[in-house]
Amino acid sequence: MAEVLQSIANSMDPYMLQIFVNIGIAIILALGLNLITGVTGQLDLGHAAYMSVGAFTAAIITIRFNLPFSVNLLIAGTLAALVGLAIGFPILRLTGDYFAIATLGFAEILKVIFLNLDITNKALGLSVPPPNTSIPMPFYVWMVTILVIVGVTFIQNSRFGRALKAIREDEIAAETMGINSTRYKNQAFAIGCFLAGIGGGLYAHFIAYINPSDFAFMKSIDILNMVVLGGLGSIPGAILGAGVLTIAPEFLRFMSEYRMLVYGALLVFLMVFRPNGLLGGVDFRKMVFRIFGKREKKVLR
Amino acid sequence: MDFAIVRGDYGMSLLRLDNVTIRFGGLVAVDKVNLTVEQGEILSLIGPNGAGKSTIFNLITGIYSPTEGKMYFEEKSIGSKKPYHLAAAGIARTFQTIHLFNNLTVLENVLIGAHTRGKWNVTGALLKFTPWVRGEERELTEWAYDCLERVGLADKADELAMNLSYGAQRRLEIARGLAVRPKLLLLDEPAAGMNPQEKATLLKMVKVIRDSGVTIFLVEHDMKFVMNISERIAVLDYGIKIAEGPPESVRSNPKVIEAYLGKGAVNSA
Repeated sequence: MAEVLQSIANSMDPYMLQIFVNIGIAIILALGLNLITGVTGQLDLGHAAYMSVGAFTAAIITIRFNLPFSVNLLIAGTLAALVGLAIGFPILRLTGDYFAIATLGFAEILKVIFLNLDITNKALGLSVPPPNTSIPMPFYVWMVTILVIVGVTFIQNSRFGRALKAIREDEIAAETMGINSTRYKNQAFAIGCFLAGIGGGLYAHFIAYINPSDFAFMKSIDILNMVVLGGLGSIPGAILGAGVLTIAPEFLRFMSEYRMLVYGALLVFLMVFRPNGLLGGVDFRKMVFRIFGKREKKVLR
Repeated sequence: MDFAIVRGDYGMSLLRLDNVTIRFGGLVAVDKVNLTVEQGEILSLIGPNGAGKSTIFNLITGIYSPTEGKMYFEEKSIGSKKPYHLAAAGIARTFQTIHLFNNLTVLENVLIGAHTRGKWNVTGALLKFTPWVRGEERELTEWAYDCLERVGLADKADELAMNLSYGAQRRLEIARGLAVRPKLLLLDEPAAGMNPQEKATLLKMVKVIRDSGVTIFLVEHDMKFVMNISERIAVLDYGIKIAEGPPESVRSNPKVIEAYLGKGAVNSA
């Protein structure tokens, strides 16, 4: 099985394969941030910091202990979630802009810490050996991606997910309906950071070299762009946003130095014509029913 | 149903405010208010604008905590409880300015109201297709439809809350409050902005809700509505309770007329 997958991976164009894997990782990161910003409504400007926690944890574990990659990723995700909780616990009491600024500040702090720790090799960064897994990386990444997509879909369409949406829509009303908003915000934040940690671990092992400045403010903004472009709170939107914003810079490569200019203009245009994001406000359930002409009444009764 | 018991003629008070005061800086919004809500009654709180009516609701639901004084719900002190504790204890409310979850469907709004009736959290989300979680979800959905039917919105279950008409949004707030399965339902100006027809429907609806065993405490400006619906009325002026009693006695109380119409009105009345 592993050999077959390996031969498939080898027969693919390495450039295409790299984009393919980058999309998978971007989807994991975007879905994690979508849970925090899109579903729960807490604007997080430092998501790349939790990604860096996962990336460095996974890299160090592979270098020192060479644990099975899945175990490694779980540890990386858990540690990112713990760091997220430690930061989230005090600052999730803040609302709106104040929360955003605080996440931004803590992200910079984490970056500076990684730039100065011996174990992360300071500003030189870490070379990451290949992960301890029999499945080739591209397939491994997409396996995790699919698991994450299924997981967040379940979370978003549950009692827990409804509580998160209620907090986004109106925190006071949510509290008077019996929702402990602080607790739910912390839980959503921890799950989002967990996914960021896993995405970071995959990124570290796929790129094979990580440096604290890879996870700077611009990386956080990249992830946020994917979520906003796709449509806040929409899972298909976050997936589409991750895909589009990973592919777009590649398509624009021929413009060399004007690339980011066009990329920026593209974002502006999209926000002007689709202010709610590409798939914001699109209800896929309703669309399916409309296409197949079935009435969607009292499905659960 | 035996109304003698429901209306609490046995002296069982559901909610009791004991010398409750709240200050915002130098402003005393509510000043040493004593108020009792009896089990099973419909009590109205009236008063001119800025009298502190909504502040009292915010105190009861834990959005503010009192500067001084004590509050008891079912004889348990609730002075320092958070809103979500009080919802779980059985206090639900609607808001003066509509606070719906606008971008969610009508059904989702009511399901969120039913939040305290469920128990599955993150693990439940990941075990979505196990019979326990599905069973709970089905139960909650059925309960939510029951609540929607009681306010006549069951056929709009899949619409977004923000696409409802104003009157329907107000009714949805009531349905969401009912979904909490409250013992005490606080209605903050439920008739505001409604036309006479909608008001008549609302009046019937509130009485039916009361008859199902939910105690109603409401703030309202529409005097006709208040006089028709209330069994007891309390009047608030500048944070002080100036009168309390059955509608007829409150209507003729000189202090109340003075608060609403000024001193001259009392003499000419």
